[in-house]
Amino acid sequence: MEMRRTPILGMWGSYRTRHQAAFEESRYSLRVFLKDRLALLGVCLILATIIVAVAAPWIAPYPDQGRGASNVKERLEAPSRAHPFGTDASGRDVLSRVIFGARIPLMISSVVVAAVLIIGVPLGGIAGYIGGWIDELVMRITDIFLAFPALILAMALVAFLGPSLRNVAIALVITWWPWYTRLVRGMAVSLRQRPYVLAARTMGVSQWTIIRRHVLPNALGPVVVQVSLDVGTVILEVAGLSFIGLGARPPQPEWGLMVSEGREYILSEWWISTFPGLAIFLLVLACNLVGDGLRDVLDPRTKR
Amino acid sequence: MSLRLYLVRRLALMVFVLIGIVVVTFFIVRVVPSDPAQLYLGARSRAGQVEEVRRQLGLDRSLVVQFGGYVGDLLTGDWGESLRTRHSVLEDILHFLPASLELIISAMIVAIIVGVSLGALSAYRKGGLIDHGSRIVAIAGVSLPAFFLALLLQVIFFRVLGWFPVATQIDPVVAQTHPVTHVTGMLVVDAFITGNFVAFADALWHLVLPTLALAAYPAGLIMRMTRSAMLEALETDYIKMARAMGVRQRFIVLKYALKNSLAPVLTVIGLMFAYSLVGTFFVELIFAWPGLGTYATMSILSLDYPAIMGVTIVVAFMYVFANLIVDLLIAWLDPRVVLS
Repeated sequence: MEMRRTPILGMWGSYRTRHQAAFEESRYSLRVFLKDRLALLGVCLILATIIVAVAAPWIAPYPDQGRGASNVKERLEAPSRAHPFGTDASGRDVLSRVIFGARIPLMISSVVVAAVLIIGVPLGGIAGYIGGWIDELVMRITDIFLAFPALILAMALVAFLGPSLRNVAIALVITWWPWYTRLVRGMAVSLRQRPYVLAARTMGVSQWTIIRRHVLPNALGPVVVQVSLDVGTVILEVAGLSFIGLGARPPQPEWGLMVSEGREYILSEWWISTFPGLAIFLLVLACNLVGDGLRDVLDPRTKR
Repeated sequence: MSLRLYLVRRLALMVFVLIGIVVVTFFIVRVVPSDPAQLYLGARSRAGQVEEVRRQLGLDRSLVVQFGGYVGDLLTGDWGESLRTRHSVLEDILHFLPASLELIISAMIVAIIVGVSLGALSAYRKGGLIDHGSRIVAIAGVSLPAFFLALLLQVIFFRVLGWFPVATQIDPVVAQTHPVTHVTGMLVVDAFITGNFVAFADALWHLVLPTLALAAYPAGLIMRMTRSAMLEALETDYIKMARAMGVRQRFIVLKYALKNSLAPVLTVIGLMFAYSLVGTFFVELIFAWPGLGTYATMSILSLDYPAIMGVTIVVAFMYVFANLIVDLLIAWLDPRVVLS
């Protein structure tokens, strides 16, 4: 396979020269993106969250409490020097739990996004490029899934699968893939008529190779934008399902669950729910800022 | 394509989707759990009982026969009995739905008014103080989890300021002294049309905080969509033409730009209605609102599966109908949709 392709590609020069336009385009995009201060703020917040999540055992003041060990001697203590975010009903240090909690949304959203892309993108490419009955079938299936508000389908699925973070991830993948299939399918339909795709076809390149090498890479921009806009929603849904009692199980340090655990104390011991709630807010805000910035740069419809 | 043909195609698609929803829910109930009969009985059950229930529920028959029975039950209104309340699921849902609809409708009204007006204003004064301010408010609105915002509102407006009540639809004392006659099931509406103004004022008072909690996300998204659609409309040739002809700015914005940016805004409003159908679950839980959301959460936590399926189907159907209405409105507003 590789052997056959090399001489033809050789005529077009090195990778760099062949993709000169793309390189210039992405350098331009990066410059525009870096000028967007709010988007940069979002990037910094996300990086900070990742660092906190990775370094949790070293930076959390009470690592074992962060993981769930209770400490009944110091129940419901107000924020102080020893416990900057106070302690919860089991006496656990809220700051340590918020720090450990950063791991869960990051992990779940990456798993969900990866799985959704693996299922949704190739399916959309195949449906859009090949067309015919495959396209019809795939699109009607997505119609049905898109007819459900995603969260209620996820709730019903988790209710029957049993509450756990793993099942929340499964349910979110089942409810999210059709959006990406739709998106990529639309791109593939329009890419099918592009001159370079027609040229590849007349040269006898197989349709799988065309989908893999020409259709999917060119659909990447809108997919990246969509992912960046959706990650925040995925994090919100994970937290929401855990808040209801369908996701993380106590004593897991999950932010949504922590807000729910502090709910009955909210009018007096406000700190138990407030700090994890703020953590969710900041991370989702960061994702949305980055998503907005990326859309302004990569979406061809927004004007320069 | 004529409008009538569009309507027929759209309705055909809807029927297909409704059938699909029924199929998917059937699979969730019958195929996802390892043993539905065990689920039905709960943790405390003897081996003989499981067999008995399996026969009762028809689980020993083929999937096709089971599916036929499931569809038949749905059509005849036999949605099973809630394992928790021991009432018919359909009756339960019809009992709890109006309170949710009241909350959703009031939140959507607030979200549309705030979102469209702020969005239009920021497009009109692009780059100005209102534009920057409302962009930040909008992005914060869509980043706040509804359940956390609800708790924050309780702390600020009940504990610190003491302005609004935090739970239920009406004060129990008012409910005793000025009982509301049941007409639509929506307390505020019923109190108003029966002329019970004491209860009306109290119910409206109780509605404020849950409405704000539920409206934040839709308001943010509607605002952003209105702004970008308006900006696009203001760039078009017919607006430039109108400007060149000396039509007054205010008239251009309200009459032409806003009207022509309604289609994408309506799409978002439809989506947001769907969001509220589920978003209300969180808000109701926190404000002890006696609606479908509270019923659904209780059912989910007690694995009351006939109730879970009932709520899922009702919410999905309402979503499908909302989308239909939005699509038809858009087709009516924008003839290009039908022609393409």
